[in-house]
Amino acid sequence: MTETPSLLARYQRPLLIVGALVLLVAPFLAYPIFLMKLLCFALLAASLNLLVGYVGLLSFGHAMFFGSAAYGAAHAVKVWGFDPALGVLFGVLVAAGLGVVTGLLAIRRAGIAFSMITLASAQLVYFIALRSPFTGGEDGIQSVPRGHLLGFIDLSNNLTLYYVVAAVVAAAFWLIWRIVYSPFGQVLTAIRDNEPRAISLGYRVNRYKLLAFTLSAALAGLAGGMKTIVFQIATLTDVSWVTSGEALLMGIVGGLQTLLGPVVGAIVVVTMANSLSAIAEAVLIVQGLVFVIVVMVFRKGIVGEINAFFARRAARHSNP
Amino acid sequence: MPDTLFGYPLAAIAGQLLVGMINGSLYALMSLGLAIIFGLLRVVNFAHGAQYMLGAFVAWGLLEYLGLNYWWALVIAPLLVGLSGIALERFLLRKLYHLDHVYALLLTFGFALILEGVFRYKFGATGQPYPNPIPGGLDTDMAFFPWYRLWVIGASIAMCLGTWYVVERTKLGSYLRAATENPNLVRTFGVRVPRMLMLTYGLGVALAGFSGVMAAPIYQVNPLMGSQLIIVVFAVVVIGGMGSIVGAIVAGFTLGVVEGITKVVYPDGAGMVVFVIMLLTLAIRPNGLFGSHK
Repeated sequence: MTETPSLLARYQRPLLIVGALVLLVAPFLAYPIFLMKLLCFALLAASLNLLVGYVGLLSFGHAMFFGSAAYGAAHAVKVWGFDPALGVLFGVLVAAGLGVVTGLLAIRRAGIAFSMITLASAQLVYFIALRSPFTGGEDGIQSVPRGHLLGFIDLSNNLTLYYVVAAVVAAAFWLIWRIVYSPFGQVLTAIRDNEPRAISLGYRVNRYKLLAFTLSAALAGLAGGMKTIVFQIATLTDVSWVTSGEALLMGIVGGLQTLLGPVVGAIVVVTMANSLSAIAEAVLIVQGLVFVIVVMVFRKGIVGEINAFFARRAARHSNP
Repeated sequence: MPDTLFGYPLAAIAGQLLVGMINGSLYALMSLGLAIIFGLLRVVNFAHGAQYMLGAFVAWGLLEYLGLNYWWALVIAPLLVGLSGIALERFLLRKLYHLDHVYALLLTFGFALILEGVFRYKFGATGQPYPNPIPGGLDTDMAFFPWYRLWVIGASIAMCLGTWYVVERTKLGSYLRAATENPNLVRTFGVRVPRMLMLTYGLGVALAGFSGVMAAPIYQVNPLMGSQLIIVVFAVVVIGGMGSIVGAIVAGFTLGVVEGITKVVYPDGAGMVVFVIMLLTLAIRPNGLFGSHK
């Protein structure tokens, strides 16, 4: 995948500045809660993309990390009275722990079996959330207090919370960017492209995979924990496989194997779901259609296609 | 005769065993279809649950609109559902074989969402009742066994054995297995591999439709019935060993019964037991119980 970073690499600085400006100005142009939802789902999709796009492991159960962190954060903040930052951190730890356990089992199989194992593990987590005494069953954990960040920043103000969430998500994306372009990330890509070769080069492939899986789980957990603080609720929807499917949809609509893809995908999918929310069935049908269309004719996703367009143009210019 | 076994009422155990066998019949039929499709096409048919739901709805529609009874539905519905599968394979799925398996999985996932969405839009989330075609039952000291449920178990076992026989013991089956191993070689012998793949997908999907018709008189015909079942069936497939026909059948029935017993012993765990067993199985045998070690 040599052509993938072309667009980003060439316009990195201007894109970064534009991105930062958009993040700063956005809450004055759109409803902050909606934006925060976007940010959380973009992070979820990006964490999944780290695994699917860069390691080639199709997790179909990422909602278990998103959801378990949502429950973990909700419980820590509401019942134990944690500071929101500590609550989210606790959620991240729960998700990462779950990531280690499920990762150990899942990475032993490749390809489709891996997907089914993650899906089934997620379903187990869903049943635990449904039956456990502390998760509130069908009702979930409601009216989680937003509290004061570090004891003095009042998060009940949507605008304040927005900037906190935006800063955290931006930091998380920076981390993902660092992971992908680090030597570690290059090994992951090598594993994706040719696992036997990576093994023969002496890399302990399973360790790399497990670490990537755990990192991805932790990042999905970060998204879930923040979602709880924003919406003050953790519910079964957060752990259901529908959420896993949506995260995947965001990734493939925006473009797997690209850093911006999950963001664009989240914007498209969340906006779509919000504008269709009057008819719940329509959301399913449209999402299904988008899946089919993207898979049939549009496999690189939006950002992927744009990158490919620029790559083609660059190739034309260099050898006329 | 004692009324209890290990402190649990015998009638409850017998009742749950029957329910477990019923569920096991459906698990076996469904994972059998998935195993056939996966074995040959290397496609995880995520639409399997939706196609099962479609089978139940076709049966319901045949009765509601055309007055055709259960026995007609048992023949017509799998045929129609199978044909819809053939159309899906012919026009969409076929174009993805040369790509990563992920794309076929995502396509069938999208197709499942569309089907479920359309039926929910038309029928809501409430169920449509389907009359029991064989009322009455076998009354014993222990429990009452409805005829229809015994029929489902018997028919499912017969169907499983029949499919196993065709795939493992006939010439057609040997072509199928050979095409799994080496499609190019089989093609040079003059077998039309693309057509075989299409018919195989149709057969697997027809099995899902058949399961749907079988389930209709027991559960209500509901747009959500497929998505509830499919994930358990995926776990069953992983336990049995992906693509293994014997594994699908044995794991299907066994897990149905285990789930039934769990319902008596520890009701809260009934929804989870299949997934727990899956994780334990994977920890010991990553390829599943009957999976090949490649």
